[in-house]
Amino acid sequence: MDFNDSPEEAAYRAQVQAWLKDNAPKKNAGGDPEGGDTMAASKAWQAKKAAAGYAQITWPKEWGGPGGTPIQQVIFNQEESKYPIPPNPFQIGLGMCVPTVMTFADEDTKKRFVGPALRGEEIWCQLFSEPAGGSDVAAARTRAVQATDGSGDWIIDGQKVWTTGAQFSNFGIVVTRTDPDAPKHKGLTMFWVDMSDPGIEVRPIHQMSGGSGFNEVFFTNVRVKDSQRLGAVNDGWKVSLVTLMNERLAVGGPTGAGWSQFLEAARGVAGLDGGPAIKDQALREKLADWYVQTEGLKHTRNRTITALSRGQTPGPESSIGKVVSALQMQDLANSAVEMMDQYGVINDEKLLPLKGAFHWSLMYAPGLRIAGGTDEILKNIIAERVLGLPGDIRVDKDVPFKDMPTGR
Amino acid sequence: MNFDFSDDQKFLKSEARKFLDANCTTQRVRRTLDDDAKPYDEALWKQVAEQGWLGAAIPEEYGGLGLGHVELCAIAEELGRAVAPIPFASTVYFLAEAVMLAGSDEQKKALLPKIAAGEVIGALATSEGPGPVTAQSVQASVSGGKLTGTKIPVTDGDIATHAVVLAKEGGKPGLFLVDLSAGGVTREALKTLDPTRDAAKLTFDGAAAERLGPQGEGLSLLEQVLDRAAVLIAFEQCGGADRCLEMAKAYALERYAFGRVIASYQAIKHKLADMYVKNELARSNAYYGAWALNTNAPELPVAASAARIAASEAFWFGSKENIQTHGGIGFTWEVDAHLYYRRSRQLSLVAGAPRVWKERLVSHLERRNAA
Repeated sequence: MDFNDSPEEAAYRAQVQAWLKDNAPKKNAGGDPEGGDTMAASKAWQAKKAAAGYAQITWPKEWGGPGGTPIQQVIFNQEESKYPIPPNPFQIGLGMCVPTVMTFADEDTKKRFVGPALRGEEIWCQLFSEPAGGSDVAAARTRAVQATDGSGDWIIDGQKVWTTGAQFSNFGIVVTRTDPDAPKHKGLTMFWVDMSDPGIEVRPIHQMSGGSGFNEVFFTNVRVKDSQRLGAVNDGWKVSLVTLMNERLAVGGPTGAGWSQFLEAARGVAGLDGGPAIKDQALREKLADWYVQTEGLKHTRNRTITALSRGQTPGPESSIGKVVSALQMQDLANSAVEMMDQYGVINDEKLLPLKGAFHWSLMYAPGLRIAGGTDEILKNIIAERVLGLPGDIRVDKDVPFKDMPTGR
Repeated sequence: MNFDFSDDQKFLKSEARKFLDANCTTQRVRRTLDDDAKPYDEALWKQVAEQGWLGAAIPEEYGGLGLGHVELCAIAEELGRAVAPIPFASTVYFLAEAVMLAGSDEQKKALLPKIAAGEVIGALATSEGPGPVTAQSVQASVSGGKLTGTKIPVTDGDIATHAVVLAKEGGKPGLFLVDLSAGGVTREALKTLDPTRDAAKLTFDGAAAERLGPQGEGLSLLEQVLDRAAVLIAFEQCGGADRCLEMAKAYALERYAFGRVIASYQAIKHKLADMYVKNELARSNAYYGAWALNTNAPELPVAASAARIAASEAFWFGSKENIQTHGGIGFTWEVDAHLYYRRSRQLSLVAGAPRVWKERLVSHLERRNAA
């Protein structure tokens, strides 16, 4: 039970530290992380990492990576996070989309895309969720119909939603419905698309939090070559599972204002008896609970890293992160706002502690509880994949997609 | 990063599980539960001593095995899983830890080998009535080496040979070692929430008491002992909480209602997922506590508090929702679910209730994050 690197890990860490010392940015590029005006800095940093073999450390040599281990990637991330690095808009592409392309595309396609993606020259987005299917990805309605002109091309029509980074993406992978007569899992096909196609329109979503980090993407008569197909016709569900499997390897960290910010704020706000709010017993108990949860997640990540370090596949413990942290973010932010009593109604960063971080968290947390798997879906995943409980009864499993109940 | 039990520790743990599966079935635990005249399982206690577990973390020079505290944590987890009806915590986590922490070499030589051999049973006597132990709650006092006062409840006080007692001397709280077989000690057995772990009221009337550690340092020493015990108890709680989840899962997979197994309903699936999440958070905090305990790290008070809070929450939640998952049958004496419900209360209370630890934790965080 220790936190020490193995000799190989220590050597790798030293090498990474030396490289970062010479190459990492020393001061913040500035700008709004949701906005995108940091893109130039992000791309420059990505190109530097790619040239040095630090862009996708676990990628095999044939994909242009150094063929490193997951623990080396963890070490690099740990060391990199000590510098004021720009936002990383490449992770969805490199973590999920490009591996899918690499698994299913022909050699020419792979060669064409992997280098530019790795160097940050081209950005990818994942076009899965739809207005009528968020948790239920296999219910996608966006149609792809083969052209009747004998070209073998496909025509895509429909709408995607909650697409992260679509506004600055060059390419995307899209799940489409190719056989509405088949049951829903058996009539899907995956393609890669060029986001600059005139039939593709990206519209930012105005979130309840005020920002616009996600998009709606409309497809109108978008013509793609059959060579852009990933996997067999009507085999898109299997292909999408490859994409989502890669998503699960991501090891997330904390988000938003946490217990230490709460502690700091509670020192500066008046409490029930005129002393500081930090002396209020009810708040102290909550603070203890948040600390314990946060530490629990941190050390759960350490257990995951241990498994990686031993060359094992991380166990199910890595699946609990977001289900705990998203709810905590909401609860903690709300407690901080209520701590301010009547003053809490003000939402002006100039008048609030920590530039309004709690108010921001309060309004962003509902989204975090939904994005990347809702609380409910994540609990299903824990129940089914970790605990081995039965899957839900699926009334739509063997029904042709076109006859599926939709409530309208 | 090596944030897990080592292969040797895992082997020890699996051997401990095998031993307890064979020698500490819930059927056997029930002999202590159902027999008011049987305060603990004496035969199991002897067997556990023969395994060397009582001295696992006691140095070899004092008759122990000289393993580390992480090994003791591995054993604790298995004892908690088996709801073992023996005074292990009182003897090993409280008495042995207090003596190793604050005892003179003479006291160590006198007691530790006997603890390791199973010849001594310990008890921690700090409470004098409802409410947490504080400087104000201590009325017992020592004068001229003689202890006077009352302690209630003292877990294992009815069977202990030695007690660590919090008492005032010269107006300041200190820790004292009392041989309970000597004169001036009256014991009165108490009914407890968990009859597999008995308790007594101890009345001292001029009982001989040796000071443990420096004069007037009782509360600070007690905190240090409790930090160490809290980590070990957290592993017992993790073991119990995991067992609750296993029981709930097994029952949910065999019980049919409305034509299908109840494990197929989201209300049950999400309940069990919640149990799993709490158990994992507890385990991760307990591991950090084990690291801090084993390395005597300055982080120990914070790590122990977090381990205790998380493990208390996990075992409480798991033990009550296990009964709920079972439905009516879970409320019967015959089903084992209440053994864990009872033990979860015993373990959450015996070293101070979670709210006391939450207050301690936040006080530490305030100091650590001082502006």
